[in-house]
This record gives sequence, C-alpha cells and structure tokens, in this order.
Amino acid sequence: MTETKSTVFLCLQANDDTRGVIDAIERDNEHASFDYQPGMVRITAPGTLTVNRETVEEEVGREFDLQELHINMISLSGHVDEDDDALVLSWDR
Amino acid sequence: MDIAVTKKKKLGLKERYALMTRGLGWEPTYQSVDDVFPMDTFEGIKIHDWDAWEDPFRLTMDAYWKYQAEKERKLYAILDAFAQGNGHLTLSDARYINTVKLFINGLAPLEYMSHRGFAHIGRQFRGVGPRVACMMQSLDEMRHAQTQVHAISNYNRYYDGMANFRHHHTHLPYLQVPRSFFEDAATGGPFEFIVAIGFAFEYVLTNLVFVPFISGAAYNGDMGAMTFGFSAQSDEARHMTLGLEVIKFVLEQDPDNLPIVQKWLNKWTWRGVRVLTLVAMMQDYMLPKRVMSWAEAWEIYFEENCGALFRDLARYGIEVPPCVEQVRKERDHLSHMAWCQFYQARGTSNFHAWLPSKEDMDWLSAKYPDTFDQYYRPRFEYWAKLEEEGTPFEAQTPPQQCQVCQIPTIFPVPGEPLTRAEHTCEHDGERFHFCSEWCQVIFEDEPEKYVQANLGAHELYKGNLFGDADPTAEGFDPMAAAMAFLKLTPAESGLHKDSEDARNFDLWRGLATRNDA
Repeated sequence: MTETKSTVFLCLQANDDTRGVIDAIERDNEHASFDYQPGMVRITAPGTLTVNRETVEEEVGREFDLQELHINMISLSGHVDEDDDALVLSWDR
Repeated sequence: MDIAVTKKKKLGLKERYALMTRGLGWEPTYQSVDDVFPMDTFEGIKIHDWDAWEDPFRLTMDAYWKYQAEKERKLYAILDAFAQGNGHLTLSDARYINTVKLFINGLAPLEYMSHRGFAHIGRQFRGVGPRVACMMQSLDEMRHAQTQVHAISNYNRYYDGMANFRHHHTHLPYLQVPRSFFEDAATGGPFEFIVAIGFAFEYVLTNLVFVPFISGAAYNGDMGAMTFGFSAQSDEARHMTLGLEVIKFVLEQDPDNLPIVQKWLNKWTWRGVRVLTLVAMMQDYMLPKRVMSWAEAWEIYFEENCGALFRDLARYGIEVPPCVEQVRKERDHLSHMAWCQFYQARGTSNFHAWLPSKEDMDWLSAKYPDTFDQYYRPRFEYWAKLEEEGTPFEAQTPPQQCQVCQIPTIFPVPGEPLTRAEHTCEHDGERFHFCSEWCQVIFEDEPEKYVQANLGAHELYKGNLFGDADPTAEGFDPMAAAMAFLKLTPAESGLHKDSEDARNFDLWRGLATRNDA
C-alpha cells in the first residue's frame, strides 16, 4: 500500500476480565507490544492485530463471545473485521 | 413424557446481523422514499447503494442491551462504593477537582447534544445499517450524559462550580467554545454531522480527550471519574468504528462526494483541535499528577495514529487537512497560552486557577524545551511576584473572541510566538474577527451561519447579560448584574489557594486521617 507500515492499536481496561484476553493476544500476535498505563493497557502492532476466540477460551477457561470485548474496550485504530471466531484490526485491505 | 429437543445450530454473527438490522427495514408503499427521508440529499452527497454499508462489529440490538446493561451494573456498583467510602478524599490534591468541574461544565452537556444529534440523523438516513448504528450511538450518548452527571454529583455535594452546569454551559463565555462546536455540527445536514462528530471528533480526536481525562483521573485517585470515563469509552471504540465506516462508505459511493467530505474534514479537524485547547491546558496544568504532556499525546494520537488513517484514506484522494501545519506549530504553545488566559480571566470562570509551582515549571521546561523557558516561565514568575506582593494581576475587561471558535484571539502568528495573529473580514457592512486563517475560511464559507454567533463579550456589551436588572436604574452595577445573571458566585472563581474548596479539602482529609478530641 505505502512504504510506511501503519500501526493499529487496541486499548483495553486492565482488569480481571481482560487478563486472559491480553494473554491470548500476546500468544497470537508476536509482533505486538504492550504498554501498561494507569488503569489500562495499550496494545500496538504494525499492520494487523488479531483476537482469536479459541485462544481467549483457552486462557479464560470458559466459552467466550468476542462481543464481550465491548465491555472493556477503550479505544482502537484500524479497520475492524469481526465474526464469531476472530476480531481483526488492520490497515491492510 | 420427554420432549425431544432438536438442537438447532445457532446463527452466525454475520447472518444474525443481516437479519436483525437490514431485516428490520421496509420499502414504504404509500409515501415516496424521498418524502420519508427528506434530509439526506440536500448536502450534495450521492449514495447509490445503502446496503453497501457494513457495521464491522455487527452489533445487534439484543446484544447491545445485554452488554450495555453489564456496563451499567459495573459502573453503579463502583460509584456507590466511591460515594460510600468518601472517595473524594482519596484524590491526589484539591486542585484536581477543577478538572472534574471542567468536565461536567464543558464536556458532559456535549454528550447530551450528541445524543440529540445522533437521534436526529438516525431518523434521517434512509439506509437501515447506518440508522441502527446511529440509534445505538444516540442511546450511548444519553447514557454518558446521565452517568457523568450521576458520578460528578458526588463531588457537587462538597465542592463549588458544578451546581449550575446547565446554565453555565448555555451562558458562561468560556463554555461557548465547546457548545458552539456542537451547535455548529448539529445545525449542519446529517452527513456533515456524522463526518464532524463521528469521524473528525470521534475518530481523529477522541483519543486526545480520553487519554488526558481518564488516565489522568486514574492517576489522581479519582475512581468515580475513571469509572464513568472507562464505561463511556467502552462505547467509543464502536463510535470511532462508525466514524471510519461512514467516511469509507461515503467516499466509495461516488467520486463527487470527495470535495464535500474533504471540505468538512478540513473544517472539523480545525474546529476539533481548537476545542481541544481546553484539554491541552487541563493536561499540562490542571492534573496534580501528570500522565503525559499535550505534546506527547499529540505525537502518539495524532501524528502516529492519524498519520496511518490519512495514509489509508489517500486511496480515495483524501489529503491531510492544511490546518495541521499550523496545529504542529502551535503544539508547544497551546496549553501555556490557554492557562495564561484562564489565569488572567479567573474572575469569569467557574473553576479555580493557580500558578504552576517551581517543580511544575521544571516539568514544563523539560516537556517544552523550545518554548516554555523562553516565552512562558517569565510570565508565571512575574505573576508569582505580584501575588507575593499582594497585588495579583487580573484582567479587567473581557477579551476579543473569534467569531467561529469563540476562543479569545490569543494565538500568535504561526512561527512568530510574540506576534498576535489578527484576521478580519467584512461581511454585510460589519467587521468580524478571527483567531486564525482557518476560522476565517470557515466563516467565509457560510457567513450567514456564523454572524449569529453568541459571543460572551459582545453579549455583555450589548446588555444581554443583565437578566431582569434595569440598566437605567440609579447605581446600576453592570458587572454585578452580569454575575447574577450568569449565576457565578465569588466562591466559584478566583485563585485556588484562596478558595473554600482548597480549605475544605484539607480540613476533611485531615479529619479522615486522625481522630480529633
């Protein structure tokens, strides 16, 4: 698209609900970095960032509906594509 | 007898979304579509296929209620705990309370205006997808207004400057900056409104509001504000996505839409950044424990994040608004100029002002090495000397305000920090003043709209701020009449160190940590 690889980000509240989600994101996105700020975590990644339902379920040990993320989501950037199995943020399209 | 259960496979998210949004619309039969939706064409935006609209979160109303209810339960549990545990005494410092005042007076009423705006355009778009998304956002904004008022009412019980937030939002001159921003948007057509608020404000700028206020609240021990902030912000991710989706949708529908959208983007990026002057000042001067400087927030959330956005939109021919050059030049001046202005005009605002301490100034020097020591530290040191000598400086006359953004015309010529920018033009035999080239461009595009601006200083001089008082009566005191009309009491304004709030906070916190005989 362009020479500069644009960054996407996802900010989540840092709380008990999101701990497993953050761990799952870390497992599935080796290229992502995690910046802990007061009360929240800002996850940035060049290009794309993916939240997989299956990985989250493994981490939290129960069934997980990706739309539960709405409760603890603070901010994001990039185009969103969500279905039952994954939430993808991306500038590549 | 057992009933045989036939376990049906649940519908997937995409199918559910299609059925529960598109499936809710219908073709009118006894009225024409144009008569039912009369407002979505006059701005010149051409839409050929409303079904091309896609909500990437695919949120349906039933899921919406479920998750919103969960957010409310969490929020009110924490608000109750905060109030029951005297949460206001856990703050870092009494000065912090002034950011809460700025929030309830300046921002919470915008949530309500946004609620009304989205309810209006949710009715006006003929596409079902955007109608549902706008309806959800409208409900969100109402929720934000309510929860912010509820949360901050816990401060209003103890501190000044919040009780008259509705009246002050409508009349107090400095609050006309955010108010006129939203009224400008709400009096545009539905597409301009959603580009202005959904895209320029929510997508481009909202992070610059969120980071300072909410992370600042978390950092300064304000659990109440932190919680309503996070609760509101959990809706923002959806709003931002709606904003981005709108812009893509409109640009993909017809190439003729590009110049209209670009014009709105230029206008609303500038309008938004001007409103953020208040946030920049709050971030650099009003948080006792600071999270990051305005300049740092600008780098992360505008340069980095919006850089990515504009690179992406370049495929449609969208360019970075030309005003951004000036915003970059003002970056290291904005908060300092604003706080200087509020310090001097502290008799007319409903929160308290103070001079930065030596430690504060050292932080500001470190964050703004090219500007602070050279242009602003000497002013603060001079004012501190006057305070010490018992002759503090205070402005005695209302400042000249910009006809468009309504901020006093305090801004310098870009690149020349010691020369005040002056922009004027004549319209219909009258002269109008602007803070900048960009506000003048906005005025000249729709002068009939902006000549109606309700500028606080002008209204005072025109005699419109005296309420029922009779200006011809003997001994009439215009400032006293204006203060009575504005419902501004001496306790609400002035210097923080002289305030009841500062005294009471220290007293109550003292009582909370020791047992008096």
